[in-house]
Amino acid sequence: MNVAVAIDQISEDALPSASEAGPAPKRIVVTYGFWIFLLSDIVMFAALFASYAVLVRSTAGGPTGAQLFNQGTVAIETACLLVSSYTCGLMSLAVNSRRRLATYLGALITFALGATFLSLELREFSNMIAIGATPQRSAFLSAFFTLVGCHGLHVALGLIWLAVMMVQVAVFGFATRVQHRLLCFSLFWHALDIVWVGVFTVVYLMGVSP
Amino acid sequence: MNLLGKLDWDAIPLHQPIIMGATAFMVLVVVAVLGFITAKGAWLYLWREWLTSVDHKRIGAMYCILALVMMLRGFSDAIMIRAQQALAAGGAEGYLPPEHFNQIFSAHGTIMILFMAMPFVVGLMNFAVPLQLGVRDVAFPTLNSVSFWLTASGALLINISLAVGEFSKAGWWGYPPLSELQYSPGVGVDYYLWSLQISGIGTLLAGINFVTTILKMRAPGMSYMRMPVFCWTALAANLLIVAAFPVLTATLAMLSLDRYLGFHFFTLEGQGNQMLYSNLFWVWGHPEVYILILPAFGVFSEVMATFSGKPLFGYRSMVAATMTICILSFLVWLHHFFTMGASANVNGFFGVMSMIIALPTGAKVFNWLFTMYGGRVRFSVPVLWSIGFMVTFVIGGMTGVLMAVPPADFQLHNSVFLVAHFHNVAIGGVVFGVMAGYNYWFPKAFGFKLDERWGKASFWCWFVGFYVAFMPLYLLGLMGMTRRMQHYDNLSWQPWLIVAAFGTAIILVGVVCQVVQLVVSTRNREKLRDVTGDPWNGRTLEWATASPPPAWNFAYQPKVAGLDAFWNSKSRAQATKDEPMPTRKYEPVEMPKNSATGFVTAFFAVVIGFALIWHIWWLAGVGVFGAFMTLLAFSFRRYSEIEVPAEEIARFERAHQAGVAA
Repeated sequence: MNVAVAIDQISEDALPSASEAGPAPKRIVVTYGFWIFLLSDIVMFAALFASYAVLVRSTAGGPTGAQLFNQGTVAIETACLLVSSYTCGLMSLAVNSRRRLATYLGALITFALGATFLSLELREFSNMIAIGATPQRSAFLSAFFTLVGCHGLHVALGLIWLAVMMVQVAVFGFATRVQHRLLCFSLFWHALDIVWVGVFTVVYLMGVSP
Repeated sequence: MNLLGKLDWDAIPLHQPIIMGATAFMVLVVVAVLGFITAKGAWLYLWREWLTSVDHKRIGAMYCILALVMMLRGFSDAIMIRAQQALAAGGAEGYLPPEHFNQIFSAHGTIMILFMAMPFVVGLMNFAVPLQLGVRDVAFPTLNSVSFWLTASGALLINISLAVGEFSKAGWWGYPPLSELQYSPGVGVDYYLWSLQISGIGTLLAGINFVTTILKMRAPGMSYMRMPVFCWTALAANLLIVAAFPVLTATLAMLSLDRYLGFHFFTLEGQGNQMLYSNLFWVWGHPEVYILILPAFGVFSEVMATFSGKPLFGYRSMVAATMTICILSFLVWLHHFFTMGASANVNGFFGVMSMIIALPTGAKVFNWLFTMYGGRVRFSVPVLWSIGFMVTFVIGGMTGVLMAVPPADFQLHNSVFLVAHFHNVAIGGVVFGVMAGYNYWFPKAFGFKLDERWGKASFWCWFVGFYVAFMPLYLLGLMGMTRRMQHYDNLSWQPWLIVAAFGTAIILVGVVCQVVQLVVSTRNREKLRDVTGDPWNGRTLEWATASPPPAWNFAYQPKVAGLDAFWNSKSRAQATKDEPMPTRKYEPVEMPKNSATGFVTAFFAVVIGFALIWHIWWLAGVGVFGAFMTLLAFSFRRYSEIEVPAEEIARFERAHQAGVAA
């Protein structure tokens, strides 16, 4: 219609509340996106949990959970993971106050606890495989190894991520994007804890109940 | 141990003339395109401006180009299926042997859903959503590029399967036990698994990106109830992607574990459970059809409001209906297999839920009708597609409700009645929708309109061809014809199948018209040029900037005080046009830097996929390492943004305003 149009000329009181005040700052956008990713990851775990629940009785004459699971080891694994979440939280505090040494220390303990968890899990797996309880034995064991192994894979990826982040802290210091990534890492690490609580309950506790 | 895994010269089907002919044609086209680029000396331009671009508009356009190319591939499959069934009656065997026919219907479904419809709707969302929201780009521009290139990787793997090895013969859903190693020992199912897995991860990342963009990055003042309806439908579709695609990832991973490592999720041995796969697959698969149709509904809403010159009727009910469908789409998956043998109560529940979904959809149809009512409707090409959609989709919806009744479904299950139904909604809904969107936004994307006459010819051929091709299938279904038949003995079916093949030929003319439309429009682009940026007298913010928009989208941050933000600004400008515009001071803009991350990651994804399909384990390792190093290199990048100087923005904006005033 051949007339210049201004698209930002509106009276200020036409603007609604603060939550509609335009594009959110980068920190919010990054962590929000990561939350959405975590939700999708949890949906993927939900599919694995559902499959496990469907197949838990399909042992094809092979060993059942009650015969295989060792509550003691799993308790130590759980303790490792939960404490590592605590130390991850301490690391986040250190990042917020820009204390480099405390950050490294927090990351180191978190890494060590995560690695301990992973090695205990791998030992459990290899013990099971040694007595013939392989994922090829039955649908139940396929579902078990996939569900628990997928969580273990996430922990392993988390460890790699943490190591890379420490290199980035060393190279870039507490640059804004490094801080955003560390924030996302801690969200990831806590989410793995939540999933593990589910694994612990559904697989290990319910697995040995009659 | 063999260095090349299962791959050897036998993998290339040299003895099959049809496949080799298609392969030769594909290779010729690729060579011609590459030769053309080289002759024009456009490699550097292509690399800088497109392949490494993180601009949502460029990525959106590339998604749509990918979709159009794959549509040609999927449509060739359709012609072959129709021709085979028109011929192979009585004792006749047709021209396609069973194992080839099975590959063709599997490839047709896979390609049309995941590599035609999916990239098309994601491409339209990519292009239009940030512009409609009045922002500079999506939340994560580089991730957006990764998403696109992963989708392209999946498409590439499917096309490789034509020449090297085979494609799946187990249908586009890949039901076990047929898709298990025991019954499908070849690489076909592996091609299917890895192309879907790779592109599915790309789609999931796109979903995360768009949910974040729509919820966290809108122009100041754009509250939820001021968002254009297309953004609402995009939000619903992307929420569905985030909630449904992880299930596909998990399901395909389980089937892969069965096939690669001898697990027993869905096998006949080890007490595997085949129905678990069907459930999981459709927990993804049913939301998937709404991922496709909801953005199409959004396109129709934009088109109807714009070309009727009226605000959309019942905006709030449209939003409510969209979000209702978004939720209900997760409660109907079991209607894909009522015959599984679930109890009457379970079937009853899912039957009722499936019927309920027709209610919000019906509300939408009335909203579109009332939008047109009393408006000055301009019957341009996007409107024709929209009206064709309303007529066709309602028929498809009604046959859907019919099949949602479990006792009726027991009769119709697996018949071509079902084939007619889902083509009725997929073509009448999704294809008509993306075609409307393509004609509607093309001038915005490339700066010139598409030719109306060829566009109309294309629409009418598609529209008539659709009815001629698919109405006979309803009859055939009621006559008892099951789907996926390579040949049949019942001669009374043949006349109808010949009619259906004829209908496909009419659609072919429509497809040719579309290609001609693009060529003719490009040739006449100076005559069809859009200098105002607002060729349709639009209502939403994408029409407020130049066509094609600059990389930074808007010279200054738009502000929004109500629905139809651009329309309101125009009305105000009309009222105050005698007052001089205040001289504006432009600010420099930070733009995300181009990145090869997406392209290189996708290259390694193709390597990983191809290596796993052919059991070349070392190569898969190389691919994983390469992809990891690419992401690592990206994460160590020091500068992620470049600054566009204010003078450049001012210069561009002055030229645009001169175009508007001309």
